[in-house]
Amino acid sequence: MNIIEQLEQEQVSKLAAQRAIPDFAPGDTLRVSVKVVEGTRERIQAYEGVCIARSNASINSSFTVRKISFGEGVERVFPLYSPSISGIEVVRRGKVRRAKLYYLRDLRGRAARIAEDNSLAARAKNRSAAETKAAAVAEAKAAAVAEAEAKAAAAKA
Amino acid sequence: MRSGLIAQKVGMTRLFQEDGVHVPVTVLKVDACQVVAARTEGVDGYTAVQLGSGAAKVKNTTKAERGHFAKSKVEPKRKVVEFRVSPDCLLEPGAELTVDHFVAGQYVDVTGTSIGKGFAGGMKRHNFRGLEASHGVSVSHRSHGSTGNRQDPGRTFKGKKMAGHMGARQVTVQSLEVVGTDVARGLVLVRGAVPGSAGGWVLVRDAVKRKLPDGVPQPAGLRSAPASDAAE
Repeated sequence: MNIIEQLEQEQVSKLAAQRAIPDFAPGDTLRVSVKVVEGTRERIQAYEGVCIARSNASINSSFTVRKISFGEGVERVFPLYSPSISGIEVVRRGKVRRAKLYYLRDLRGRAARIAEDNSLAARAKNRSAAETKAAAVAEAKAAAVAEAEAKAAAAKA
Repeated sequence: MRSGLIAQKVGMTRLFQEDGVHVPVTVLKVDACQVVAARTEGVDGYTAVQLGSGAAKVKNTTKAERGHFAKSKVEPKRKVVEFRVSPDCLLEPGAELTVDHFVAGQYVDVTGTSIGKGFAGGMKRHNFRGLEASHGVSVSHRSHGSTGNRQDPGRTFKGKKMAGHMGARQVTVQSLEVVGTDVARGLVLVRGAVPGSAGGWVLVRDAVKRKLPDGVPQPAGLRSAPASDAAE
């Protein structure tokens, strides 16, 4: 592996450890939580739409999310590993036969719908996603409990 | 004035910072950069250090070069360059410079040989606009226009921008920020682009137009236990 690939791989593993990336593909409806800085305050804004393309290129990986906002089509390209994305959530899995769904740009309304993927594979993905989410929640809860206990112990002492 | 470093361009990548900003960086690799000789006021009339970098095969090194390297007890080097320094920044022959020489946040000038473009027309070489696409223009859509006046002066002035050889010349990019260094692998990460192709040699110096920050090693960032393997 050359030096550039090494550097990129290190960054990818570091950033992926900070924020888990769900298993998603073009056709899936995603809710992307984007960190927005307003003056000094930072808040999280959700952007929900259909993933119409993914580009897999190590640290330069990105995905495109399209939605119809006030009757106007809006597309945003997110870098997959950007720290300004606080989370990606799969809302619905779509059944599509293309890797790039650029044909959706020419379609409106009912024609632009994507059928839901109810295959076993898709359901397995949903189940594993739910499990990891539950595990994360449980972990957070355990951490909170441990912290509270530590606080109580400190108060006692 | 400190010495610079000889480095090889590895390529470009990007770094994501904590606040979500991404920084395009060029990765430069410093490979066994050692002082080969020193020029002093008394002997040479000026002060400079001659650095060598990379490993050259002994069989491809001339006898004269071998003698030169042996004098300062360094391995034969592939690239040898002189850097002018002030007398207080002179270095001992044999000392090895590391990427510690530069600190994150400081600015550097990077000199390299730009990628050769061969014989290029005026549009590519000097950003001429060419001729029109229609209105009677034939064959010469990408040509330059007039190159001068009439009988007076009766000639084309020297230095007139025309088609010709482009690229493959020495280019210096000034004031590039050092984003970070990696001592273990000998890497310097510089914000922005650097002349030349990947694998090309570049010279990295302290920026002439920016102030040096505090905490920069003086006279140079040297390897504490210099590898003193004598050249054959």
